[in-house]
Amino acid sequence: MLKQLSVFLENRSGQLVQITEILTKSSVNIRAINIAETNDYGVLRLVVDDNEKALSVLKDEGFIVKTANIVAAAVPDSVGGLNKLLLSISKHDIDIDYMYSIFGKSDGLAYMIFKVKNPDQLINVLQEDGYNIAGPDALGIN
Amino acid sequence: MNNYDIDHIPREELKKLQSERLAAQVKRSYERVECFRNRMDEIGLKPDDIKGVEDLSKLPFSYKSDLRDYYPFGLFAEPMENVVRTHASSGTTGKRIVVGYTKRDLDMWAECIARMLKEIGVGKGDIAQISFGYGLFTGGFGAHAGAEMVGATVVPMSSGNTKLQIQTMIDFGVTLLFCTPSYALYLAEEAEKMGVKDKLKLKYGIFGAEPWTEKMRKDIEKELSIKAYDIYGLSEVLGPGVACECKEQAGMHIREDNFIAEIIDPDTGEVLPEGSTGELVFTSLTKEAFPVIRYRTRDICSLIYEPCKCGCTHIRMNKPTGRSDDMLIIRGVNVFPSQIEEVLLTNGYKANYQIIVDRVGNTDDFEVRVEMNSDNFSDSLGEISRMEKELVSSLKSMLGIQARVRLVTPKSIVRSEGKAVRVIDKRKL
Repeated sequence: MLKQLSVFLENRSGQLVQITEILTKSSVNIRAINIAETNDYGVLRLVVDDNEKALSVLKDEGFIVKTANIVAAAVPDSVGGLNKLLLSISKHDIDIDYMYSIFGKSDGLAYMIFKVKNPDQLINVLQEDGYNIAGPDALGIN
Repeated sequence: MNNYDIDHIPREELKKLQSERLAAQVKRSYERVECFRNRMDEIGLKPDDIKGVEDLSKLPFSYKSDLRDYYPFGLFAEPMENVVRTHASSGTTGKRIVVGYTKRDLDMWAECIARMLKEIGVGKGDIAQISFGYGLFTGGFGAHAGAEMVGATVVPMSSGNTKLQIQTMIDFGVTLLFCTPSYALYLAEEAEKMGVKDKLKLKYGIFGAEPWTEKMRKDIEKELSIKAYDIYGLSEVLGPGVACECKEQAGMHIREDNFIAEIIDPDTGEVLPEGSTGELVFTSLTKEAFPVIRYRTRDICSLIYEPCKCGCTHIRMNKPTGRSDDMLIIRGVNVFPSQIEEVLLTNGYKANYQIIVDRVGNTDDFEVRVEMNSDNFSDSLGEISRMEKELVSSLKSMLGIQARVRLVTPKSIVRSEGKAVRVIDKRKL
């Protein structure tokens, strides 16, 4: 199963660059990034090439980090591509907590990352509808 | 009942009266209140050893923690059938502290305020809007009864709903306003915004329940075109009305026929010489349901012994300048950091927090910074915001006032020499 890291951040200048500095020093490559924010704080979600390393260096620096399972599905690069994908999900009454995008490492495809309550169910549903579900290799994750 | 002359009683006679009442109060408390009896026995003091005010300093102190230890009615000196009212106040932790009043206690309370009202010229024909809260806190009740006692018309408005407050003042022709000083300034500001300030008929305002300055008094007097008077009190001793200003506006006269005030060194407990600044200690002389003997208020202030120009012979107290404990007064409500700590722990947060109080415009801004921890962190913003709301509502039910919660990253709360700075009070009073 693909994993993402989420990090608690305060909504103030200098918070993000602290994270990217730490990851750079540890030679961790960020593959996808997403931020959800309020006026006071935010949650940074990261897909990186080395989860374990990123998790340990960020924790060492005092950040609160959590790991969660995610699902990445290839989105056809044409009008209605995302719409069709979302229709597949909604017809099974699956609630999407949030989503963001990532590029395949070498296949040139665009993928949508989904956070849902039951990722196994989502994978089955999408595979039945013929979608290409990315494994770590396709996304450049070790 | 008119006790107006008691305010002009010669000091010698007052001292005699206090001595008689003190001896009786001590004897009664010794017989009826276990906590007090134990403290007396511990130091081998008998009620007969207390013959007058000169023996006061022999008596043991009493503390806010006693009210918690004997919660709810353990310190009452009357059977419950004689207690006609209870009030509660914030304790240092989740447990509120409870006080009780007999019918005579309530009359005495009303009279303390009535004496002030008469002196400043309030009476029949005046319309008094009480904008202190009505509820478990002592807030508006004493003012209410005092205003009725002098024949004023009472508008029991309670706190909140500022527009309606102003409309009522205009429609009813309110002449006297009771509220916290910061709320008075806020009302003035709002009335100005509504363009109705010139329609106010206010003549006097009586303000208390939170620290304020002479500068604030001048601002209130100018903004509302009134005379602004200060009032002091605390639930454990009575409620607002223990000490009240007179026309001279030069310190609050302690109702010395009902209370004896002392100033002590908060560290050693030694009584300090006249005029010194220290912790204010009260002994009640006439209270029936909840008598207090040498009660440590934790308020820091000084007493004025020089005769007042108004002719009242009772000593005056200056405005308290601070506290000898960590209690904060925010929007007129007592807040202890330990209460906040308790809420955090019950809500699964570590007790790593910082309270930041500031005065923005005329209202207290109250922020609680809480360090996020991995147990409470979620990758879902909705989940975090749900927990944040839960924390805000738990704080509200513990403290009685709304705090803004700000979640911060771990270890971001400044620690000095390993000890976190828990309270930052930026209000310049």
